[in-house]
Amino acid sequence: MLEKALTGSKKYWAWIIFLLAVIAVGFMAYLKQFSYGLGLTGMSRDVSWGLYIAQFTFLVGVAASAVMLVTPYYLHDFKKFGKMVIFGEFLAVSAVIMCILFIFVDVGQPMRILNVLLYPQLHSVMFYDMCVLCGYLAINIIVGWTSLGAERKGIHPPKWVKFLVYLSVPWAFSIHTVTAFLYAGLPGRHFWLTAIMAARFLASAFAAGPSLLILLLLIVRKVSKFDPDPPGVGAIQSLVKIIRYAMIANVFFYICEVFTAFYSSIPGEMHAFKYVFVGLDGHASLVPFMWTATFLAFLGILLLVFPTRKNKVLLPIALLAIFFANWIDKGVVLIIAGFVPNSFERVTEYFPTSNEISIVLGVYAIGFLILTILYKVAISVREEKAQ
Amino acid sequence: MYKGGKIIVGLVIFLAFLTFPFFYNMGKANAGPENLDANLKQAADSQCVEPADYMRNNHMQLLNQWRQAYVRDGLTEYTNSQGKTFEINIDTCTKCHSTGAASNTSGVSNPAVNEVGVSNPAVNTSDQFCVSCHDYASVKPTCWSCHSEPGGATK
Amino acid sequence: MSINRRQFLRRAGIVTALGLGGSFAITGLRGKVVEAAGEAGYKTSENALEAKHWAMVVDMSKFKSEDDFKRVTESCVSIHNIPDFGNPKDEIKWIWEDDYEHTFSGGDNEYLTESFKELPFTVMCNHCENPPCVKACPTGATFKRPDGIVDMDYHRCIGCRFCMGACPFGARSFNYRDPRPFIKKTNPDFPTRTPGVVEKCTFCVERLAKGQMPACVEASNGGLIFGDLDDPNSEVRKIVSSKFTIRRKTDLGTQPSVYYLVGGEDHA
Repeated sequence: MLEKALTGSKKYWAWIIFLLAVIAVGFMAYLKQFSYGLGLTGMSRDVSWGLYIAQFTFLVGVAASAVMLVTPYYLHDFKKFGKMVIFGEFLAVSAVIMCILFIFVDVGQPMRILNVLLYPQLHSVMFYDMCVLCGYLAINIIVGWTSLGAERKGIHPPKWVKFLVYLSVPWAFSIHTVTAFLYAGLPGRHFWLTAIMAARFLASAFAAGPSLLILLLLIVRKVSKFDPDPPGVGAIQSLVKIIRYAMIANVFFYICEVFTAFYSSIPGEMHAFKYVFVGLDGHASLVPFMWTATFLAFLGILLLVFPTRKNKVLLPIALLAIFFANWIDKGVVLIIAGFVPNSFERVTEYFPTSNEISIVLGVYAIGFLILTILYKVAISVREEKAQ
Repeated sequence: MYKGGKIIVGLVIFLAFLTFPFFYNMGKANAGPENLDANLKQAADSQCVEPADYMRNNHMQLLNQWRQAYVRDGLTEYTNSQGKTFEINIDTCTKCHSTGAASNTSGVSNPAVNEVGVSNPAVNTSDQFCVSCHDYASVKPTCWSCHSEPGGATK
Repeated sequence: MSINRRQFLRRAGIVTALGLGGSFAITGLRGKVVEAAGEAGYKTSENALEAKHWAMVVDMSKFKSEDDFKRVTESCVSIHNIPDFGNPKDEIKWIWEDDYEHTFSGGDNEYLTESFKELPFTVMCNHCENPPCVKACPTGATFKRPDGIVDMDYHRCIGCRFCMGACPFGARSFNYRDPRPFIKKTNPDFPTRTPGVVEKCTFCVERLAKGQMPACVEASNGGLIFGDLDDPNSEVRKIVSSKFTIRRKTDLGTQPSVYYLVGGEDHA
């Protein structure tokens, strides 16, 4: 089926070449980082994780969100999602690959990364995170590819695929829960040390991931003859409802955190929130980000609550708002602010370097290249069937 | 076969590239690594930690074991198969295995820990002993990125 | 010869572990391997200083001048090849000083005079009894020895910096770049580090193994007292049990092994 990705319009190839160019720039930047060390990034002794780990965290959520299509379709026989499930699974595949790459570019000794397998430490959450991520990647590749292959031949996918599908449901929850446990189990990092971290992670994932998926499907609708949500089906609007409730839950959880911190008035609990919303000790670089995210979150919820969600122009705006609100919250602020203030209650700020940003963009480009190829294959199969 | 001719030609070219180094070097004499003994300074009565033959084949495993014992298990001495005891330290190796030691008649004082050793122009600061074989086998040891090189110089 | 047996056991362990999808097998086997190696000729030196729980008391009454701090810090820097990059971003610290207000953050007393707030304290890795860094490390590169020391294996560290996030004391530093050009005078007896690994104070395990006290203890003129907390007759135990000492962030339950004697005898 892969050969279908080798034929396409001029626009398709222009997009592929653009992605390859971004990948090349990112790769050069990575070579530089590889020979110099992580000192080329903005990370420091005090803020020892930065954009890389933040993107990893955010993308685990995007990957997990495929379950919001798989569960209704397979478990509740919700047929509307029939044409969209495969796109959710392929989005998960590319997101997990990006996660793995972000971890890889973040480690100081990448050549030794297999030490995690050679000396497995059962007390380290990172070991479990690696296991569940690799497993999730395998499940989604196998399920997506075999069901698409079966669909192409016009037959039912083999029975064992169903088993993997059922397995993928708890597995999707596990990847984001375990990722939340990476942070939520660390003593002395007040911003992360919260029991609802995993719940927050899942809520934000189920808002941001499907938002991205719908945006991608709107593009698919524009650039191909295949319509993932033909008139009268209303699959997208059903997914929009899921996004809406997930986002409301996410904002609610966040407010819970803010309440606990400020009503209890425990200084350590309040510091990081002060840092991101009003600044701490004269440092306020994340403040504009956090307020933008807050504004976008409420804008997105409002647009999706009211019938504006059915408007062709306002729907994408609402989805973009929700996507970026979550990206800022989890893909920028959460990780950085976890290190502010540091263990000595001093503020050290973090600013990514251009080399670091090039690498981030390069990894995203790899993800989008994989996504483009997988989507191209899926769309071609569907177009072929439609003829 | 669809486009069969082109595929076969492509495969042949690919195989030719792949096997080029083998054909290129065919029939040429292999010089082998430099003579190891020339780079070795040792007291007349001593042998290496274990017999030389054994060391040639297993030094990497022994080094790994030493590392495990010293760093992780806190065991700092090794008694060999003849009952002789050695301090577990990379310096124990470089005491003998270093051209730098050529200027050092006793063979006991380690040029790697001898701070004035570097100033001696006769001292070759590279670690010829390891390099001669490792270059030949194209296996780059990473020891010296942290440990002092046998010549005593740390870049 | 034990090598082949070890090798075999190790490989068998890895294969079994992968096959079973678990790693209990590997840990169990490795335990046995270590024992076997002990019989075959690995042992500690006769001079080695041993303890069940190494701990340190910082007697603040002995740290009076800037020089008292500098002497201690310098002894560590020169022995352990700690580089000086000249910027806080890449900075590597094993033992350093910080003021009372920040070292014991959380216990602020707003009426405290500035001189008390700014009172310098010597800080280092606390060698916790329940070290969160060890729990976090995915490769076992940082581990707790039976004598209580939280040690580092620079060969195994992959540089994921999870331990830095886990440590509540900011005791860990990462090699963001090659440290070698920034080491003032290299001590060839101790390795430097390679870019991309985490490092920290190790209570001078390499010196204890040879029968020497940690470098900072030696240089402190009695300001740092080091010994076995498990031994009721040791000096550290006597101080900790009978004098007023404080530790950093005890509420987190990590049980630091570094105690600060604040009301020292001659200047209470």
